[in-house]
Amino acid sequence: MNFSEILLLMFGAILVENFIFSQFFGCCPFLGVSDKPANAIGMGMAVTFVIALSGAVTWAVYYFLLLPFELEYLRTIAFILVIAALVQFIEMFLRKFIPALYSSLGIYLPLITTNCAVLASAINIIERNYSFVEGVSYGLAAGLGFTLAIVVFAGVRARLEIAHPPRAFRGFPITLIAAGLLAMAFSAFSGVSLG
Amino acid sequence: MKKNGFLFQMKKGILDENPVLVQLLGMCPTLALTTQVSNAIGMGLAATVVLICSNLLISLLRHIIPKQVRIAAFIVIISGFVTAVELLMKAYLFELYQSLGIFLSLIVVNCIILARAEAYASKNKPLPSAVDGLASGLGFTFALIIMAVVREVLGSGTILGYDITFGVFEPAMMIAQPAGAFITLGMIIAVVQKIKNRSSDKERHERLVKAEPKRREEVK
Repeated sequence: MNFSEILLLMFGAILVENFIFSQFFGCCPFLGVSDKPANAIGMGMAVTFVIALSGAVTWAVYYFLLLPFELEYLRTIAFILVIAALVQFIEMFLRKFIPALYSSLGIYLPLITTNCAVLASAINIIERNYSFVEGVSYGLAAGLGFTLAIVVFAGVRARLEIAHPPRAFRGFPITLIAAGLLAMAFSAFSGVSLG
Repeated sequence: MKKNGFLFQMKKGILDENPVLVQLLGMCPTLALTTQVSNAIGMGLAATVVLICSNLLISLLRHIIPKQVRIAAFIVIISGFVTAVELLMKAYLFELYQSLGIFLSLIVVNCIILARAEAYASKNKPLPSAVDGLASGLGFTFALIIMAVVREVLGSGTILGYDITFGVFEPAMMIAQPAGAFITLGMIIAVVQKIKNRSSDKERHERLVKAEPKRREEVK
């Protein structure tokens, strides 16, 4: 595995297989926290960090613990526990040692345990037989793709605030339709073939 | 209809407080698995089974689980049932297992299940909790089926795999793609909001009609 292949894999995970707009992982925080660009950046950074780290830890748990003892069927339970523990640990670590970062990312951390993007990326890394380095880069890229989507969409929503749609469309429906239009733009990348 | 009776609870879960269309939970599977009606039914029923079992067990254990670690305990219980459903489906319904793919494991982080555990099962007796799980699960299935019927008919021109275009119309590919998922859900929720606003719309209309002569006077 050389450097250019890793770059291609990351490019694919950010744009072609964007977590929100082509795979629908992590739609709840995407629609919930994208109301202000500043919040969107915070959420995106926190998710990227947790996805990359939990990708590394779940990879190790799977190949050094579950596989040797033939416990592959416990994968879902083991991964969600690892993710929950990891998020808790990151929260405590940040609060103790990097308070400045904690005050900006802290409020998003508890939401991340139930963000399906994290579990989905951990499972994808195993299902696609990625090596450790590939797995971490995939996780990092998936998080960056999520951040890109949520930040761009926060900008779109700032415009929606001042728009004046029919009463039935106000709030959630018009937000979803705007997301659909953005997904249309991202679907242009699906024609890109990598490798 | 008796309050807290079986029918009351079912109506609340499926219509008045539909988890997807009214409470706006569980968006990921709703958007991802509704290109075909068969997938929607499979996903809905899998989630319903998990909801009933997890609600029942959490309700039975509600006095034993300590308050501080309840979320973690709920997640462990839910993921246990998800694993059981996963293994059963792999053994008996392999085709469906393959087409649901990763979203079957992702039932663990489906907000509907955790929301029902936290809001209902941890505070109520086992039997009503199981009924609540059934009602919310069927509400989820109902929403998925509506989405899937619209998307399968318009996007691929089939329903449950049978061709229904008869050469009359050409299916719009876009509806079956991710962009179509967001737009279809937006449209369906707009219809739901229209129905919910019915009475207040009527009031608003009457108020405007009443105010109209006065407004015309002022304009003159």
